Amino acid sequence: MVDVPYDAIADIPPAEVAEVDLYHPKSWWTQYVFSQDAKVIAIQYSLTASAIGLVALVLSWLMRLQLGFPGTFSFIDANQYLQFITMHGMIMVIYLLTALFLGGFGNYLIPLMVGARDMVFPYVNMLSYWVYLLAVVVLASTFFVPGGPTGAGWTLYPPQAILSGTPGQDWGIILMLASLILFIIGFTMGGLNYVVTVLQARTRGMTLMRMPLTVWGIFTATVMALLAFPALFVASVMMLFDRVLGTSFFMPALVEMGQQMKYGGGSPILFQHLFWFFGHPEVYIVALPAFGIVSDLISTHARKNIFGYRMMVWAIVGIGALSFVVWAHHMYVSGMHPQFGFFFATTTLIIAIPTAIKVYNWVLTLWRGDIHLTVPMLFALGFIITFVNGGLTGLFLGNVVVDVPLSDTMFVVAHFHMVMGVAPIMVVLGAIYHWYPKVTGRMLDDWLGKFHFWVTFLGAYLIFFPMHYLGLLGIPRRYHDIGEVAFIPSSAHTLNAFITVVALTVGFAQMVFLFNLVWSLFKGRPSGGNPWRATTLEWQTPQTPPGHGNWGKELPVVYRWAYDYSVPGAAQDFIPQNQPRTTRAAQGSAP
Amino acid sequence: MSAIILFMAVLAVVVGWWLSQQRLTAKPWLEEDPIRDFPGTGAMTLPAAKIGLGVFLAVASSLFALFISAYSMRMNIVDWRALPVPRLLWFNTAVLVLSSVALQWAHVAARRNDIEGVIAGLCAGGASAVTFLVGQLLAWQQLRVAGYFVASNPANSFFYLITAAHGLHLMGGLVALGRTTAKVWRGAEMTQVRLSVELCAIYWHFLLLVWLVLLGLLTGWTDDFVDICRQLLS
Repeated sequence: MVDVPYDAIADIPPAEVAEVDLYHPKSWWTQYVFSQDAKVIAIQYSLTASAIGLVALVLSWLMRLQLGFPGTFSFIDANQYLQFITMHGMIMVIYLLTALFLGGFGNYLIPLMVGARDMVFPYVNMLSYWVYLLAVVVLASTFFVPGGPTGAGWTLYPPQAILSGTPGQDWGIILMLASLILFIIGFTMGGLNYVVTVLQARTRGMTLMRMPLTVWGIFTATVMALLAFPALFVASVMMLFDRVLGTSFFMPALVEMGQQMKYGGGSPILFQHLFWFFGHPEVYIVALPAFGIVSDLISTHARKNIFGYRMMVWAIVGIGALSFVVWAHHMYVSGMHPQFGFFFATTTLIIAIPTAIKVYNWVLTLWRGDIHLTVPMLFALGFIITFVNGGLTGLFLGNVVVDVPLSDTMFVVAHFHMVMGVAPIMVVLGAIYHWYPKVTGRMLDDWLGKFHFWVTFLGAYLIFFPMHYLGLLGIPRRYHDIGEVAFIPSSAHTLNAFITVVALTVGFAQMVFLFNLVWSLFKGRPSGGNPWRATTLEWQTPQTPPGHGNWGKELPVVYRWAYDYSVPGAAQDFIPQNQPRTTRAAQGSAP
Repeated sequence: MSAIILFMAVLAVVVGWWLSQQRLTAKPWLEEDPIRDFPGTGAMTLPAAKIGLGVFLAVASSLFALFISAYSMRMNIVDWRALPVPRLLWFNTAVLVLSSVALQWAHVAARRNDIEGVIAGLCAGGASAVTFLVGQLLAWQQLRVAGYFVASNPANSFFYLITAAHGLHLMGGLVALGRTTAKVWRGAEMTQVRLSVELCAIYWHFLLLVWLVLLGLLTGWTDDFVDICRQLLS
C-alpha cells in the first residue's frame, strides 16, 4: 500500500485491524445462519424479502384473474379479493421493497462501498434480520388463521379495518399490526447500523462528497425511515389498543348490526395523519436508494462520470427533507380544509424540482456517453422512462381538483404502480444483474437477462398504460367485480382481460429470472473481481466474493471520487477510487 | 401534528448544521488526494456506540413527539375527560431524578477511576429506576381501583399508553445498565467501562427529560402552552 502521512488523518480508523477486533464465526451455524457478517445478513434479507415478495406476486395474479375474467374463478370471492389486495400492497411496499433496498442492498453495499470491514454493530445487525424474519412469519401466518388475513386495504384505515364487515377482523388485523410493530423494531436495529457505519466507519479519504450515490441514497433513506417508521409504530400500537382493549383512539361511535358499539369519539382522521406521516416518506425511502443505485449503474455502463454529482447529492437530501411535509396529499378526499389542500399541493409540486434535476442529470450523463447496453443498463434506462411516466401522472394527482375525481379510480393504481412498483423493481433487477458477479463470482446469463428485461419492461407498459385509461373512464379501484354498469363500455372488460394475460406473461418472465439466478450460481461464466470495470471500492476487494472482513489485512485508502470514468489521458477508461495519483503520474497523464 | 413538525424542524436544523461542515460544495472531481487537505471531513471520531445512541435518541424522540401529537389532536374531541393524576407520580418523578443523579455520579466516578463510586452509582441508579417502574405500576393500580380503566376514556387510554411506552424504554435501559454493572463487577478495565457508564447516564437523562415533558402533558400543565402554539399556528 502507499505511504500515507498519519498526522493529518490520525482520527481515521487504522488501516490494519488486530485479529481480535474482527468477529469470527466459529461454526457452520454462526457462519451461515446466525451470522454477524453484513454480507450474509444481506443475502438472508434478500432471500426472505424475495420469498414473501413471490407470495405477493401470486396474489396479484389472482387479483388479475378475477378482474380479467370476473365470475370465472369460483375460489375467489369478494372477501378474498380484498384480502389479496391488502396483503399484496403491504408485502410489496414494506416487506419486499423496504427490506430489500435497506436490509439487502444496504447491508451488502454500505460496508464495501465506504471501505469498512463490516457494520459497526454486527450483533444488532444479526438481531435485525431475525426480528424481520419473525415479522414476515407472523404476517404469513395470517393466511392460516381463522378468518384469514385482513382485507382492510394496505392503508388499514379505521374504523373499517376492525369492524366485522371487513374480512380478517378476528386474527388477521391483530397479527398484521403485530407484524408491523415487529418489522419496525427490526428495521430500527438495522437502520442504526447503516447510519452509524456511514458516519463513523468510512475508510481514510472517503469524504461524504466522495461516496458513491448509492450510499448517499441508502443513507438518506435510512435516516428518513428511522424518523418516519415511528409514526406507523404509534398508529399500529394505538389501533391494536382499539381492537384488543376496546379503547377509542381512532374509533368513532358506531352502530354495527343494529348494536351500538362500545367505541365512541375516536378520530379516523388522526390515524390517516399518522399513517401518511409515515406513508409518504415511505415512497422516498424506496425511491432514494433506487435513485442512488441507478446513478451508479448509468455512470458505470455509460463509461462517463455522473453529471452534476453535487446537485445529485443536494437533490437527495432536499427530497428527503421535503418528503416530510407533503403527507396530507394522500388525504385530499378526507374533507380537509381547502387551505391545507393548497399548502400540501404546493409542497407536493415543489418536490418535482429536485426530482426533475435528478432525471436531467441521468439523461445528461448518458449524453455522448459510451453506452453499453448491458442488462443492468437496460434496466436503468427502463427505470428512467418509467419513473418519468409515473412522475408525470403524479403531477395530475398532486393537484386537489384533479385528484378528487380520480382518487378512487384505477388511475391511482396505474400511477402508483408505475412510480413505486415498476420503477423501483427495475432498479432492483438492474442492481441484481450488476452486483450478482460480486456476490457469487459468476455472471448472470446475458441472453436470459435480456429476455427477462424486454418482457418485463414492455409487459409493465402493456399492463399499466391501459389502466390509466380505465381510470379516466371512471372504473373504481378496490372493486371485486365492476359488473354491467352503463358508464363502463364493454371494451373496458376486453381491456381488463388483456391486462390479465399480459400480467401472467410478465409473471412468467420472473420465473425465468429466478431460473437464471439459480442456474448461473453453478454454471455461470466466472466474472473475475471487476467485470464491469467499475471504480467504486466494492469492485476492488482482494477476493470475489469478498472474504471475511472485506479487505484482507489493510483497509483501502480513497484518493478520488467514485466517477473517474473515461478520464482524458488515463491508461484505462476507469480509475478505481483507491488508486493513488502517483500511479497516474507514472503513466504520464496530466492531473 | 404540530409537535412532530416542530421536532422535525429542530432536527433539520441540527442535520443542516452538520452537513454544512462537510464541504457539500466541494467539487470532488477536481480533488485527487487522500483527505489530508480537508481536516474534519473524514469519518466521525466519536465511538460508534455513542453515535448510535445519539441516532437512537433521535428515533425515540420522534416516537414520543408523535405520541404527543396524537394526544393533542385527540384531546380536542368532546368526549375527552381529563383524569386525576395520582399523587404517586410526584414521588416517582423524584425517584427518577435521583436515578439520573446517581448515574451522573457514576459517570463522574468513572472519569476519576473510582471503581467503588462507579459501582455505587450504577446500583443506586438501577435500584431507583426499578423503584420508579414499580411506582408507575402502583399508579396504574390506583387508577384502576378508582375506576379509571384503559378503555373508559381516551384520556385514560393515553395515560396508560404513554406511561407504558416510557416504562418500556426505561426497561430497555435497565438491560444495558445491568450489563454495564456486571462488567464493572467482574473487574473490567476502567477504560473499557467508562464509555458504557457515560452512555447509560446520557440515556437516563434523556428519559428523565422525556418524562418531565410527558408529565407536563398528562397533568395538563402544558395545556396553556399548547393553546398558545395552536393560536400562533392558526
